[in-house]
Amino acid sequence: MPVEDWKPVIGLEIHCQLKTKTKMFTSCGYRAGEDPNTQTDAYTLGLPGTLPRPNKTAVEYGLRLGLALECELHKESRFARKHYFYPDLPKGYQITQSDHPYATGGTVRFPDPTDHGKALTVRLVRIHFEEDAGKNLHLVGDDVSLVDYNRAGAPLLEIVSEPDLRSAAEASAYMRELRTVIRYLDISDANMEEGTMRCDANVSIRRGDDAPYGTRCEIKNLNSFKFLEQAINAEIRRQVDLLEGGGTVIQSTMSYDPGRDQTKVMRTKEEAADYRYFPEPDMPPLEISQEWIDSVRTTLPELPHARRERYGALGLSIYDAGVLTAEGALADFFDAVLAAKAPAKKACNWVTVELLGRLNGDQRSIEESPVGPEHVAELIGLIDGGTISGRSAKEVFDKVYAESTSPRAIVERDGYAQVSDAGALDAAIDEVLAAHPKQLEQYTGGKVALKGFFVGQVMKKTRGQANPQMVQELLAAKLPPVDDT
Amino acid sequence: MSSILDWTALELSKAVRAGDVTAADATEAYLARIEAVEPKINAYLRVAAKTARAAAESVDKKRQAGKPLGPLAGVPLALKDIFVTEGIETTCGSKILDGWTPPYDGTHARRLREADSVMLGKVSMDEFAMGSSNENSPHPPVRNPWDTDFVPGGSSGGSVAAVAARTALCTLGTDTGGSIRQPASLCNVVGLKPTYGRVSRHGMIAFASSLDQAGPVTRTVRDAALVLGAIAGRDEMDATTLDAPVDDYLSACDQGVAGLRIGVHRKAMELEGLDEDVRVAFTRSLEAFKELGATLVDVELPHFDHAVATYYILCTAEASSNLARYDGVRYGARVEAPSLLKMYNATREAGFGAEVKRRIMLGTFVLRASSYEEYYGRAMKVRTLIKRDYQAAFGQCDLIASPTSPVPGFRIGERIADPLSMYLSDVFTIGANLAGLPGISIPGGFSSAAKPLPIGLQLVGPTLGESLLFSAAAAYEANTGWHTKVAEL
Repeated sequence: MPVEDWKPVIGLEIHCQLKTKTKMFTSCGYRAGEDPNTQTDAYTLGLPGTLPRPNKTAVEYGLRLGLALECELHKESRFARKHYFYPDLPKGYQITQSDHPYATGGTVRFPDPTDHGKALTVRLVRIHFEEDAGKNLHLVGDDVSLVDYNRAGAPLLEIVSEPDLRSAAEASAYMRELRTVIRYLDISDANMEEGTMRCDANVSIRRGDDAPYGTRCEIKNLNSFKFLEQAINAEIRRQVDLLEGGGTVIQSTMSYDPGRDQTKVMRTKEEAADYRYFPEPDMPPLEISQEWIDSVRTTLPELPHARRERYGALGLSIYDAGVLTAEGALADFFDAVLAAKAPAKKACNWVTVELLGRLNGDQRSIEESPVGPEHVAELIGLIDGGTISGRSAKEVFDKVYAESTSPRAIVERDGYAQVSDAGALDAAIDEVLAAHPKQLEQYTGGKVALKGFFVGQVMKKTRGQANPQMVQELLAAKLPPVDDT
Repeated sequence: MSSILDWTALELSKAVRAGDVTAADATEAYLARIEAVEPKINAYLRVAAKTARAAAESVDKKRQAGKPLGPLAGVPLALKDIFVTEGIETTCGSKILDGWTPPYDGTHARRLREADSVMLGKVSMDEFAMGSSNENSPHPPVRNPWDTDFVPGGSSGGSVAAVAARTALCTLGTDTGGSIRQPASLCNVVGLKPTYGRVSRHGMIAFASSLDQAGPVTRTVRDAALVLGAIAGRDEMDATTLDAPVDDYLSACDQGVAGLRIGVHRKAMELEGLDEDVRVAFTRSLEAFKELGATLVDVELPHFDHAVATYYILCTAEASSNLARYDGVRYGARVEAPSLLKMYNATREAGFGAEVKRRIMLGTFVLRASSYEEYYGRAMKVRTLIKRDYQAAFGQCDLIASPTSPVPGFRIGERIADPLSMYLSDVFTIGANLAGLPGISIPGGFSSAAKPLPIGLQLVGPTLGESLLFSAAAAYEANTGWHTKVAEL
């Protein structure tokens, strides 16, 4: 059977660290990047006699995501303990949610990475709260390990998808969309490199799109979009090779080695830990009232897919809408350009091509843009009103970007206003025609394409400031009729 | 001649507030008593004389400055070593916490201090509160002041022995399956397990979180009411505490028992191994209630026979989880070893005693994914049935009376090799823990032995029925006077 006939089935488990001031179950503050063991308290260290207390803001952030992804939110959910011994886990168990998560179902809608006209939908199994572990530090050349408990107890959401993804590229696109939604909601930095968003991928393969699912393997700790895609593809290759060679896939936990671009088995299901889950007796069930849900709902921003639909209705392509909505701040910027009465397509072009091109070149974010949305709208107005030509508009934009001043001020200061005075243009056209009798003769002889040459000469003569539309019209009136006999 | 040691906490705190006696005087009297009799009893793990004297001095200064004093003004008390005390070593009776000096005060230590009491020290217990004899301990066995060859009961053995030996005026114990009430019964003192959630668990080292409750051990019912009033109530540090207002428990002690319906679970009286002296004492106690104007009604608790098995599944499961943190990494004892796994094993092997290990293993077994439904899941269901039994019973009665312990007591060493007979010590007390209900044990008579041993009477009330318990118990106490008998040392 050809290798291409093996179809991958992928589901992701994504951990997202919430940016609350304090940890999930204690009033201990937490900020990433502080000195080791400076962000701890008695609870964080698992000292005897300490008890967990749910962080209301973390729960509210969870509700925001649950509402945004249209999950079913449960009025009563429960915490559970998951047990294993490891030095970075202070209590010998992690408090999480097991049988009774606060949110189930829900969907993530995102543009198909291979067909920009199409939207894909991934269903969610659940979202639940849990607390993070600390970090073990193994010092090179030293035979001791150190533990930093700063991160221990930091609030996490775990977002579990159904196995609805069909390629590594889809998995990556799904994850990007989820990151965008999380950032829109302002509940997490959702940064893979910094570990505030982490991913485990479940991968299986099957023969054809309707065959039953194969045995899945879970690749742990994928910490960039690049590794996510590479690891999934490596795992697909491993499973195909295995099955093509007559072997079977054993349900396993895998790690990905980017150096070799290979996945390898960490442990099989038989060797898997028994986490001995049981209901957390230190906290009553988490109760979420309808009033709370309703009040959180009123704080939700417009979400990326709704924005994409709105931009689509304005005539933008799905691709452009996707670019504009990838970051909430960029879409906010674009909306501000629209609010300043700029037409959507032109605004999109100036923002996504001209502005983003320059910002990306300078490694600046949209928040750091020296060009304001009102500048973009004003510039478009100057072009559309005939004050400046499209060509000089780019020069003007360069100056706006460099100096962060209004386009109109630059046009006036540096004389970019195009010549729309018919008298002045008439004179220029007369001079050009007089200076190029040979071309004029060829024109009347039938070489009508030379009209463009005359326009170019007029533009040159006016140093690009002639209104090209008017030059076209005036020139048409002055050129002698073509001899078409 | 009346000695300061004879005063109840209610009397002493009044005298301190009135300036008739100082907290320092009371503290010195108790420190002297500790020095005199503690070698015979072994109730204390740590006497904190220096901090006690400092606390007494600050109470006296507060009075001199004209500031109002709290309800426990100058009352010398001791805490079971399960309670976390800032700056004072806290080991929960285990070698694995050797040398651990907490950086924080639990809610109990804090509220008692705010009530202007004086903390004399930390008293002994079964390791991690697992036991009914105080023998599960790396320390010398606590002895029953009524007969020092006998156990004081457990796990709050040090708490009751100290009150009975008058080396503390009151103490706090903890009760997971009877650990306050059973030893109170064995030592002729009052022991109260409040409604689950009435008293905070913050700063009380966890054994079985869904069952553990802290409560007072005192000489009189009124003292128990006084101490409970100081420690009860919602605590933001414990999400399972109840938000209900705290009653005026002292007033409840004056309400009497007339008109109350006392439920009697007759079937429990057929229990094999129920001591004849206990049966006789209990029958007399019921007569006393009748004399006081209460009516007796028979009640059924259909799932009573399953309570001990249910309890030992749930409490071992929770214990195996709660004790996972003692891994030698962050605090307490560590046995160095060449690998992480070996360090864990060596530390827990050396740090935990036999009973604790037994319960960790049982609890780990019942929580395995493959046995969870059969054990833990089923035990949770039976727990619900037991709760419903009590709800139904309280439709017919106001309180349920029973013996506290099936036997007056047993000798040190007698049951240590037989954990199952030890587990049956809790047969009358466990139900209240499983159902989260308040229960009190009060002095209820003595055995017929040559050297008579105390016998306790237990009353169990509905949720937040502490006031009812105090009303009935105070009336009974005044009528019988068993509590006035003092162990001679």
